[in-house]
Amino acid sequence: MTSKTASIYDWVDERLGLTELAAFARHKTVPVHAQSFWYYWGGISLFLFLVQCFTGVLLLVYYHPGADAYESVRQITFVMHFGWLIRSAHSWSANLMIFSILVHMFSVYFMKAYRKPREFGWLSGMALLGIASVFGFSGYLLPMDDLSYFATKVGLQIPAAIPGIGPIIGNMLRGGLEVNEFTVQRFFALHVVVLPALFLPLLGFHLWLVQRHGNAMPPAEEAKPTVERKTMPFFPNFLRKDLAMWLISLNILALLSSVFPWSLGKQADMLVPAPQGIHPEWYFMSPFEMLKLLGSVLPGEAGEIAGLLIFTLGIALWVFIPFYDTTKESGRRGRTAHYFGLIAVFALLATTAIGYWTIR
Amino acid sequence: MSQVLNIPPIIKETAEPGDQASRRAFLVAAGAAGLCYTAALAYPIYRYLASPEEMESSATAVTEVTLKDAQKIPSGSVLMFKFGTAPAMLIHHEDGRWIALTAVCTHLGCTVQYEPQADRIHCGCHGGVYNAYTGANVSGPPPKPLKLFKVAVNEIGVNVSRT
Repeated sequence: MTSKTASIYDWVDERLGLTELAAFARHKTVPVHAQSFWYYWGGISLFLFLVQCFTGVLLLVYYHPGADAYESVRQITFVMHFGWLIRSAHSWSANLMIFSILVHMFSVYFMKAYRKPREFGWLSGMALLGIASVFGFSGYLLPMDDLSYFATKVGLQIPAAIPGIGPIIGNMLRGGLEVNEFTVQRFFALHVVVLPALFLPLLGFHLWLVQRHGNAMPPAEEAKPTVERKTMPFFPNFLRKDLAMWLISLNILALLSSVFPWSLGKQADMLVPAPQGIHPEWYFMSPFEMLKLLGSVLPGEAGEIAGLLIFTLGIALWVFIPFYDTTKESGRRGRTAHYFGLIAVFALLATTAIGYWTIR
Repeated sequence: MSQVLNIPPIIKETAEPGDQASRRAFLVAAGAAGLCYTAALAYPIYRYLASPEEMESSATAVTEVTLKDAQKIPSGSVLMFKFGTAPAMLIHHEDGRWIALTAVCTHLGCTVQYEPQADRIHCGCHGGVYNAYTGANVSGPPPKPLKLFKVAVNEIGVNVSRT
């Protein structure tokens, strides 16, 4: 380092504490074991979120919410150079992000990374997943084509089924009795202002917790004596691998969005019947199918309410698992939590499969 | 008495010249690939953001505009219109002369205004004044005159074209 760059470094270091940061990065290590592969999925989710921010801002440059929403998306897709690609990347990346968050969540669950002291990591992660699915739901309406129109119409029936206050919530979200330009306008506000404002600080908190507690080890690894555990330095070894994963994700995203460009349906029109075989996005298929199955067992309003109750209970159990399965020793509660996780995965996969099977 | 110490030069074990060449070739290739990759990402984004500009470029290629029924505007009045993408003005002077000029102030681009009482063109932003017959910058900050168009008046309208 020449004396000039050294003096600039000293100037910045004195004010920002770069040396402390570098020392922190040097001492940070990542456990190496058979399950290390799963450590990358949080980073992949983060990368895809950054892609969402970037492509979202690009779409914002030409998108009009409100009455001419469809026309503006048509213009982005067919008139603006590479607009189809930007839009396709935003949609594909949204789906891939939900997928990688789910992989991240289940890997955390089965590695029991929610146990003390990482309860807040689990809770903030669940909140981030919740917000991400509202991002997905609200973003789906914005093009205002036939699919988004009916998806929103059907989706808003779920909060509307809550006894008593349901209809009020439904109308509040819809901006009236029907899905129309008012709905798009408020979903837009939700999608680009409210949700990011909630998501970003939570994400910061989530990432800060990861720095604070480090990567959790699966119980099998934790049982080993310290000398037998292997680690690698975070900087540069793990970071390099992490960035390689980002590059792979970007390549997959580029391939998917250019080879399978996202389509745009016909303009939403409440007088045109819903298209045949219309179905929710894959990540909403399971809850949709569960409610449908319950509805066939318990028809009418009773079924709807029972469905909502069972659903809420299931989610509550999932969210509060760190307070049930607390001990490091793999006891009875640890096994129960493990089986509960397996049942959840099975139920999600089975209902998703049934959902896709029955729409054909 | 002096003694000359004969210290053998320290030779560092370095890589073979061939190795160094291939290392350099690798770095150059990797750098080039990285640049290509970045360019492949940046190009669609640039074209996407430049779309409106490209759409407008066909409008700026306009060389003449026909203003239907503009021959009917009374003397001592002005008609603002768009020539391509930019504002322009057609002035029907008290003495019956027809003058068309760009209406973009040469100072900082505000749209200028024709003032019939003073028979001058005035810019509200910084007080620039132009001659309403020639477009010459008379006073205030404008550095250049307003450009004149060719005007042809007939019974269906007024034809304005680039000189």
